[in-house]
Amino acid sequence: MTANIQSTLERDALKFTFTSDFDAPAERVWQVWEDPRQLERWWGPPTWPATFDRHDFVPGGESRYHMTGPAGETAPGWWVTTVIEPHSRIEIRDGFADQSGEPDLSMPETRMTVTLAEEDGRTRMTLVSQFDSLDELDKVLSMGMVEGMTEAMGQIEGILASTLKQ
Amino acid sequence: MVVHELSRDETDLLFHALADGTRRDIVSRVIEREQSVSALAGRYDISFAAVQKHVAVLERAALVSKRRLGREQLVSSNMATISSARDLLRSWEELWQSRADRITAILAEPATPATQEPATQKSEGTES
Repeated sequence: MTANIQSTLERDALKFTFTSDFDAPAERVWQVWEDPRQLERWWGPPTWPATFDRHDFVPGGESRYHMTGPAGETAPGWWVTTVIEPHSRIEIRDGFADQSGEPDLSMPETRMTVTLAEEDGRTRMTLVSQFDSLDELDKVLSMGMVEGMTEAMGQIEGILASTLKQ
Repeated sequence: MVVHELSRDETDLLFHALADGTRRDIVSRVIEREQSVSALAGRYDISFAAVQKHVAVLERAALVSKRRLGREQLVSSNMATISSARDLLRSWEELWQSRADRITAILAEPATPATQEPATQKSEGTES
């Protein structure tokens, strides 16, 4: 598998593109999004596994999930799947939920577009995420979504110190 | 934190987040030193108003700050945002890289009915 990242700032929105190639047909890659049991095995990091309590994978369908942290704390989230073109395209709004599991609209949401393109039995998955501001991205990333996030944030000074000396 | 300079390559990497070449150029110039909007405007074949708009976009993203000195508007870089933008971008990339790695591991498993849990954990695929 290979992956690369590109990012652009378009108008006021941050748009990030992540591309990854899988050695499987698009129909198979589609299943990791469609099947909640497969989805929850990769959506959350091992330290914050995800559980999808609801996953209506149809246009306009909603999902409810929660991620469980090392101390048993939970981070609930929701999806609205706005576009589904089987085996080729998915558009999702992904946001935070309150402890009752319902969408917390005071929190930022991410808009994701996933496209699958198959060639010679391999599939390129392109994921575009859009945030309204860096602050929103910051919130998304700091809510237990990223393994080692605290560590990464602590590395800012170190990264700057080493790269800026050159 | 005192930051003196950035190499051009480093600037390119940093402002990967900025799709627009002019805005990228503005940021790299104000990282070198604070300068006025009119000095910036003199460097591009676009109108003063267009440069002002670019600066406003950068300012909204908190990548630069603006202050008024007499009739001049002086633009300076905001290194805190620039460094955290880079760090956030890396974290986001790591998030998706780790998800892609987990998807790869799932795809490598022999086909089983989706609802059926594998009886034993396969040890193929190196976890690291």
